[in-house]
Amino acid sequence: MTTPAPHRVLIAKPGLDGHDRGAKFIARALRDQGFEVIYTGIRRSPEEIAAAAIQEDVAAIGLSSLSGAHLRLFPAVLKALKERGAGEIPVLGGGVIPDEDIEELLAAGLHAIFTPGTPAETIIKAFRSACETIQHADDED
Amino acid sequence: MKTEDLLARFKARDPRAIGQVISQVENNGPQCSAILAALGADVMDSTLVLGLTGPPGAGKSTLSGCLIRHLREQGQRVGIIAIDPSSPISGGAVLGDRIRIMDHALDPDVIVRSMASRGRLGGLCAAAGGVVRVLAAAGCDVILIETVGVGQSEMDIVRLADLTLMTLAPGFGDDIQAMKAGLLEVTDLLVANKADLPGSEALCLEMSATFRDRSQRDGIDRVVRTVASQNQGIDTLMDRIEALNTNHLEQGIRTARRQLSLESETLDWCLELLRPQLLAAIRGQHQPIDPRLRAEQLIADRNHDQRQ
Repeated sequence: MTTPAPHRVLIAKPGLDGHDRGAKFIARALRDQGFEVIYTGIRRSPEEIAAAAIQEDVAAIGLSSLSGAHLRLFPAVLKALKERGAGEIPVLGGGVIPDEDIEELLAAGLHAIFTPGTPAETIIKAFRSACETIQHADDED
Repeated sequence: MKTEDLLARFKARDPRAIGQVISQVENNGPQCSAILAALGADVMDSTLVLGLTGPPGAGKSTLSGCLIRHLREQGQRVGIIAIDPSSPISGGAVLGDRIRIMDHALDPDVIVRSMASRGRLGGLCAAAGGVVRVLAAAGCDVILIETVGVGQSEMDIVRLADLTLMTLAPGFGDDIQAMKAGLLEVTDLLVANKADLPGSEALCLEMSATFRDRSQRDGIDRVVRTVASQNQGIDTLMDRIEALNTNHLEQGIRTARRQLSLESETLDWCLELLRPQLLAAIRGQHQPIDPRLRAEQLIADRNHDQRQ
């Protein structure tokens, strides 16, 4: 193909809070930067998110949580991906996340964590580099 | 991953491999040709392809949710290709059709794939056709292709589908007028959704008139009333799909349609594959000549070169 295919990412909201403004904002911002964004809507279980990411063969997953349950939900998505043989898909998380939790989430294997103060450009850049990482890993096979 | 390994996992119906194979075909990736060659010629023989179209807001996604549930109750493995437009400016897209079909997210026999139209030159058909065959090879008995709006991509989808269902709802009067000349002529079944809303009766009357000739010819009423949000009318719709499909099979219509579809898809691919070479020949050469005449010249030159 003459032009490379757009990066495909999945934006999902695990857990029970229905505040999807942030998730939709990021979905639109990524679209405007040429990403293909699969949006799953609110209140998805980690298993549903992992299954959707695998069917859609996305290069990265973005999770948004404003409920305070990120310490449980984000690693649960990583676990669900690993169980389905897709542990290599990078997962990025965002939401109202206290500083002391960020280290813990990164240590658990999250690719990056964003908070309400993170500029959109930083988030887009992180998604782009996450997508390129997984693509290069594919090329080496 | 090596193509053999990928295909072995694909044949074992590993969901991850199915997703990756679809990506290769959608993106025309390095393994695409080898994958398509391995699918086999008879891959579509026992698969039914349904096209679902209609204006935004008529209830297509809700309806496809109903159809999926119904087909799953019958034990059928279902594939869904949900197509949304790409932004002509950024090339990106937000693909949100999964929202209404997430009920089936954990069902291994429902494979959902969102596709952006990507402004493809050869039409959507070129990429979606391959994905349809991949899903068939992945064991899908029925494949739904869902697409929004009324435009070129819908006509492409009509070409790929064995049967095309148009979903309408009361209150889309002007849209329907605009569609009459085009899409309605190639629609096989008209789903009058939101039949509990005022205006449904009038919509059905108007549509029945449009489809009268075809309905009378084989005794299969082309207009079905549904309330997808309440799962009403879906049994009737499924029966109607079944009847039409049987009819088409008996009369050779399905075979003829598929043949036509394959021919136009092949043509799409020829144009797609020729594009880089032609572009290279055109680019940077400022000829003081009408573009149409220049194109004729280029084709003639090409044919001449090949003969030598």
